[in-house]
Amino acid sequence: MSAPSVPAFCMRLLRRQLVLAVRRPVEIGNPLLFFAMVVALFPLGLGPAPDRLADFAPGILWIIALLSNLLTSDAVFRSDFDDGSLEQLLLSPQPLYFSVFAYVCAHWLVTGLLLALVSPVFALMLNLPVAGIAALFFSLLLGTAVLSLVGGIGAALTVGLKRGGMLISLLILPLYMPVLIFGTAAVKAAVDGAPAGPYLAILGAMLSLAIALAPIATAAGLRISVDA
Amino acid sequence: MWTFFHKLGSPPWLYGISGSILRYLLPLTLLGLVVGAVWGLLYTSPDFRQGNSYRIIYIHVPSAVVALAGYYVMATAGAVSLIWKMKMADIAMKSCAPIGAALTFVALVTGAIWGKPTWGTWWVWDARITSMLILLFLYLGVIALYEAYDNKEAASKACAVLSLVGTVNIPIIYKSVDWWYSLHQPASIKFTGESTIHPSMLYPLLLMIICFYALFTCALLMNMRSEILSRERRTKWVRKLAAGEGN
Repeated sequence: MSAPSVPAFCMRLLRRQLVLAVRRPVEIGNPLLFFAMVVALFPLGLGPAPDRLADFAPGILWIIALLSNLLTSDAVFRSDFDDGSLEQLLLSPQPLYFSVFAYVCAHWLVTGLLLALVSPVFALMLNLPVAGIAALFFSLLLGTAVLSLVGGIGAALTVGLKRGGMLISLLILPLYMPVLIFGTAAVKAAVDGAPAGPYLAILGAMLSLAIALAPIATAAGLRISVDA
Repeated sequence: MWTFFHKLGSPPWLYGISGSILRYLLPLTLLGLVVGAVWGLLYTSPDFRQGNSYRIIYIHVPSAVVALAGYYVMATAGAVSLIWKMKMADIAMKSCAPIGAALTFVALVTGAIWGKPTWGTWWVWDARITSMLILLFLYLGVIALYEAYDNKEAASKACAVLSLVGTVNIPIIYKSVDWWYSLHQPASIKFTGESTIHPSMLYPLLLMIICFYALFTCALLMNMRSEILSRERRTKWVRKLAAGEGN
């Protein structure tokens, strides 16, 4: 049997990841549930005054998206590392860059994309003005993709470690911060009636940079983790 | 040239040469630090607006400058160790992290102390300060990752990847004061064009910056020497050294 072409291989890998995810629907639901629960914590902690919540809503929603992304990043390579299929992937003649990219895409499709899709509902619950909702959706759409790509690096570096969970947050949260800054800035600008376009453009630039570079670092990280 | 490059990869050679460098560099550095500190803290005129409180600049600016430069050293050493698989670059990278973290911490603390009398607050979430805090987290992340691995060779490689990824943030920190103009003043020392600081204050500051660079080099070499010894503790030359036939 000849080796499949690179795009075909990546599509298969992506399909496999998605099928695995869909077979365990609870695990897809968990980040969304987490999102909903943490949203509910803020009115309890900050007080339910609608105008106060509206002020904080962009930051709250973005931070929760960031945290739920962080919590799920840890698992991207974990099960494949444990059962040895990651090692097979490293041994295969397929370029690791694209394989890694397929993993990260699958992760983004089941967390970031879903979070972006449901975010308008939570935005309304937190009383975010309607003007900011489109900016929130698009900033999350672009931003969570960057988060997934960067999170992949952290996941790859810590996958071989027993106590990876806390460590991965220490490693990648500093790298998440620029995304948080421009993501919330986009929403705030839209709420204030200013154009959110420039901020979204910066997020797009970050995404392009992350697509170009992050899978390289992730691939290097996987090689190190499997060798160790 | 190439023999030099190959010698760099040899632990006993590096251990020896760093010892002889330190013998001269360390006293010079300490002397320079004392001269610079006394000059800056006692013999410069007080600032027109800030009075004497500005004098903390002689600690704050050098430590911040070298903290940033230290990250470049760490990332470069990481790249060298990944590309050429040089053991000594590994050790250099690993040894940079705690020094850089300490300098960043010093810069943040002195900045807070300086901020209280001049801005009226210990801390503001301004671009430069926040990005220095991120720098501290980057350093601490590298240290935490290194400690998490049992296999120290894999640990160095993983840290090298992480420090290279982190370099994305460094230009942002450098330029943050120019891009987001806020409470923190923009850089007053410029290599091109007129500096906005009076020469009588500038010269001790420059001396302190140079001495902090030298201090960083000394600390790095000392850290590397102890790391070399601990990694090579089973080799003959280290045993000989320990037996008292040292250099």
